[in-house]
Amino acid sequence: MDDQSLTTEGLPPAGHGKVLLIACGAIAREVLAVVESGGWDHLTLTCLPAILHNTPERICDAVRGAVERHRGEFASIYVLYADCGTGGGLERLCAELGVEMLRGPHCYSFFEGNAAFEARDEITAFYLTDFLVRQFDAFVTKPLGLDRHPELRDMYFEHYTKLVYQAQTRDPALEAKARDCAAKLGLEYEYRFTGFGDLAEEIGAWAVRG
Amino acid sequence: MAEEEDDIILSELNDEELSLQMHDDLYDGLKEEIEEGVNILLERGWEPYRVLTEALVSGMTIVGNDFRDGILFVPEVLLAANAMKGGMAILKPLLAETGAPRMGKMVIGTVKGDIHDIGKNLVSMMMEGAGFEVVDLGINNAVDAYLEAAAAEGADIIGMSALLTTTMPYMKVVIDSLVEKGMREDYIVLVGGAPLNEEFGKAIGADAYCRDAAVAVETAKEYMLRKHNQLAAG
Repeated sequence: MDDQSLTTEGLPPAGHGKVLLIACGAIAREVLAVVESGGWDHLTLTCLPAILHNTPERICDAVRGAVERHRGEFASIYVLYADCGTGGGLERLCAELGVEMLRGPHCYSFFEGNAAFEARDEITAFYLTDFLVRQFDAFVTKPLGLDRHPELRDMYFEHYTKLVYQAQTRDPALEAKARDCAAKLGLEYEYRFTGFGDLAEEIGAWAVRG
Repeated sequence: MAEEEDDIILSELNDEELSLQMHDDLYDGLKEEIEEGVNILLERGWEPYRVLTEALVSGMTIVGNDFRDGILFVPEVLLAANAMKGGMAILKPLLAETGAPRMGKMVIGTVKGDIHDIGKNLVSMMMEGAGFEVVDLGINNAVDAYLEAAAAEGADIIGMSALLTTTMPYMKVVIDSLVEKGMREDYIVLVGGAPLNEEFGKAIGADAYCRDAAVAVETAKEYMLRKHNQLAAG
């Protein structure tokens, strides 16, 4: 499981459990860490390409396809996406398909804990997670054209004031890279250790229910 | 296109060739060439409004169409917009002096909680290019900012923009306030932003959802025409 393939291809079902977790590739490592720490062998993980993060209008169709493709093979299915820019579309889809999904607007929120994140009411923060720090070029530099046209940076980021690195793990190398990302974007840097936040709690509840 | 740029001397082109070359230069985001082209056309006696519409706006429309069709992407559109901005900076004071047509007045801003203004800036620029007077309220606007500016400026149109699904519902708050204060009929309300769609625009009571800057201009023109016709019939 490498970051590049999680970004562009996702992850085929891995495991023999009868409960399928369909997740965004950007949280694959965190989901697996939670599953492994709980010893929940009955959970199987599959991921959609993480790069869907940049085109949220495509997320619902991708989730629908994955649920329909795997429905016959598993006893139950859970969707590990929050709203993720679908404007309530994913919630409506999951209700239609009869599957549950993660609560909250996006991973930045559930990693910190939805209640705590909402209380911050930060509108000028640009967030990175462990995965997004590792894949900064694939998710930020290249899609925004900053590799070819660095002069565009301030048009994109002039109203942001800081880059917040929400760390799921304690990793000095990632922290150094996140600090470098902030410098590249011309933003103040803030480190915020979140761990897995609400994600662990929600997977735990689903693991018990099966 | 870009490979040929070094060989082309803009001042040696005739008017039609230069105008077409400026479309190419806009497409390629070449700000300095656009500024040079604007100055050449002005020196040749073109009215500022003609330079604006025939050289810049029509070139930017091609950019907008190719963005809509998935041929160009956001970075290229931003470069083109930046080039057009260079040309507009030369033309704007001249347009005010030469009495270019006035289509109407718009106040525009991103809604409360939203700092993403790329789309809003593109709309502002294209509206100005189409002869609208634009009062740009910037980012993160609460209800009062829209209502007070619209009233103070005597605006015809209120434009609201949002990039986030978490902020776009605030557009309804603004429209509901207009209704509550009995001001809804005073303004044409146009909304736009990546996560919006026509259904959302209708649901919140906007006059129209505008998919992109070019559509915003055409929609604004259409509604202004209706307004004038209603007043004339009135």
